[in-house]
Amino acid sequence: MSTEILTGWGRTSPSAADVESVAGVEDVVFSMESKGPRGILPRGLGRSYGDAAQNAGGVVLDMTTLRTPFELDTSRGILRVGSGVSIDAILKRSVPWGWFIPVTPGTRQVTIGGAIAADIHGKNHHIDGSFCSHVTGMILVSPTGIHKLSPQDPLFWATAGGMGLTGVVVEATIQMTPIETSLMIIDTERTPNLDATITALMDSDRSSRYSVAWIDCLSTGPSLGRAVLTRGDHARLDELPVGRRDSPLDFSPTSRLSAPPWAPSGLLNRATIRLFNEAWFRRAPALELGAVHQLGAFFHPLDGVVGWNRLYGSRGFLQYQIVVPFGAEEALRNVMELLSSQRCPSFLGVLKTFGPSDDAPMSFPLPGWTLALDMPIGVDGLGEVLDRADDVVAAAGGRVYLAKDSRLRPELLEHMYPRLPEWRQTREAADPERMLRSDLSRRLAITEEA
Amino acid sequence: MNNAVGSAQSVLLLGGTSEIGLSITSLLVSRGTKRVVLAGRDTKAMDQVVDDLRSKGADKVSTVLFDASDPVSCVSAVQEGFSGGDIDLVVMAVGVLGDQQIDEQDPIAAARVITTNFTGPAAAGLAVADLMRAQGHGSIAVLSSVAGARPRKANFIYGSSKAGLDAFYQGLGDSLVGSGVTVTVVRPGFVHTKMTAGMDPAPLSTTPEAVAADVLTGLQRGAHTVWSPGPLRWFMCAMRHLPRPIFRRLPR
Repeated sequence: MSTEILTGWGRTSPSAADVESVAGVEDVVFSMESKGPRGILPRGLGRSYGDAAQNAGGVVLDMTTLRTPFELDTSRGILRVGSGVSIDAILKRSVPWGWFIPVTPGTRQVTIGGAIAADIHGKNHHIDGSFCSHVTGMILVSPTGIHKLSPQDPLFWATAGGMGLTGVVVEATIQMTPIETSLMIIDTERTPNLDATITALMDSDRSSRYSVAWIDCLSTGPSLGRAVLTRGDHARLDELPVGRRDSPLDFSPTSRLSAPPWAPSGLLNRATIRLFNEAWFRRAPALELGAVHQLGAFFHPLDGVVGWNRLYGSRGFLQYQIVVPFGAEEALRNVMELLSSQRCPSFLGVLKTFGPSDDAPMSFPLPGWTLALDMPIGVDGLGEVLDRADDVVAAAGGRVYLAKDSRLRPELLEHMYPRLPEWRQTREAADPERMLRSDLSRRLAITEEA
Repeated sequence: MNNAVGSAQSVLLLGGTSEIGLSITSLLVSRGTKRVVLAGRDTKAMDQVVDDLRSKGADKVSTVLFDASDPVSCVSAVQEGFSGGDIDLVVMAVGVLGDQQIDEQDPIAAARVITTNFTGPAAAGLAVADLMRAQGHGSIAVLSSVAGARPRKANFIYGSSKAGLDAFYQGLGDSLVGSGVTVTVVRPGFVHTKMTAGMDPAPLSTTPEAVAADVLTGLQRGAHTVWSPGPLRWFMCAMRHLPRPIFRRLPR
């Protein structure tokens, strides 16, 4: 056990915790029995942007060492893994056997425990839903005991998207997705403004399993919301050029670049970000159909540069991710206009649609539009602008994503997550003494009524 | 918890009627701080402040009796201030100016100034550090003074007490590295307050509101030192290096 300063991926709001590394279920049970005054929290690879995986003054369980079991039924695609196993490790093992993870975020560097806690989504949400829809069972250790959970249990769905506050997931079983090749067939299209982007995304959702738009939030006026849209699916064997059919399931992703260990805080500013966005937009083809791409390049662009979060400098950055329901496109436009009129420097944002929600009360996705933007800390008035954006989102019946959040006002939480009381009840039964705590739960008073 | 854009959810103000302290607190409340604990001796004046902060949007405001000239009271007030839950930011805003000319003739009065400005806040600082270390996070902002940067013959009793306070909190800040707790030493110049009413303003004079804004910017940046106004840093850099015979002949 050692005291460590922990932050999220955005490197804001550091706090100190006693970090204990977990090798098996016994370690989790032992930690839970030695009740400290400031509670306990599991942590995976620390890819939550805000304070979700921090527990100031308390115990944080480092779950990345819990890598057993790790079994893939290669004929049925059923994967049983310890919660500390990463999607990276899973893909390296499963892709050569023709199985893909059913839902993946923009990085492979997340653990299965984290994927469940945030009920993560990917570019296929409109077809396949979020991560926990593909989890067929899990083992959860809470202060009341060891629970074997199936999707019939309310505690299963309280744990999905429950931000680690129902207990510690130690193992999960996942139904994988069959693939014939490790390549993707991708269409790319440039859209000139938000209306065109919205129409093109709706069209591509009907035709494609995966779709997403990289949107330029610094462009204003008539080009507000211009984007580079990509859509596609896993390539079937017969879709590959003959020369590439020999070893169709090869998967050896590499990260060529690594960010330097330090960078000045002002490196990514309004000017450099604008230049980058412009270059990104111009580089993309106006329209390209049926290009063959690598899995990694399509799904995990963030893994191209190791430690890219350090480029924002010591003050760090935040990611603002929201969803508004279909029909509230005006709210989406208002948020984008607000941010671009305040000249908030934001790297290429991500815009995509969500399909139906799953049964998890605290899960982020709801049918509608989700927008995610990275912004450096230190922009004047950033807090106030985002507070105003929150009001627009809340009024439209939308919400912010807790796995990304680092600054929401607590009074908006229940408005954005109306099933919070129901979730609290289920959670309380699994942890009556409120031992599971995080900086996020303290900041937003998630586990108790404020 | 402090959030990513530098807002604190809970604040303990030691020196519950200090004008600079209250400017900092009001600014925080206008940016979303909901819970404020005021610690001071003048309960009547603090009650007025409570109403004012409530009207600005703080929904949990309480007061604690705190006498900076009594180290025992300092420690117990801090503990009481933390009894309602985590404190994200402690503002140490205790201080008296004294009257240099009178105090030079009255060693006991001089000692009282030094106790109030240094001994009490030092004891309170250690109590705060202990509690914040246990909660694993927090910020401390301490109001030092430009007068502590180099003592002048015209106010060396006050100046030396602030110099001691400044040095103490610098050291405390260094000792807290790795604990999740940060210390910001604030060195305002001449501030127009009731403490300085009737005095001739020095160059680069400022207001409590301007100091408050500088302090919040400094806290957001994680600065260990904040000069207010900023150019004082360079002005004092020059002053500190003046030879003594010249420095002591300066008009103020």
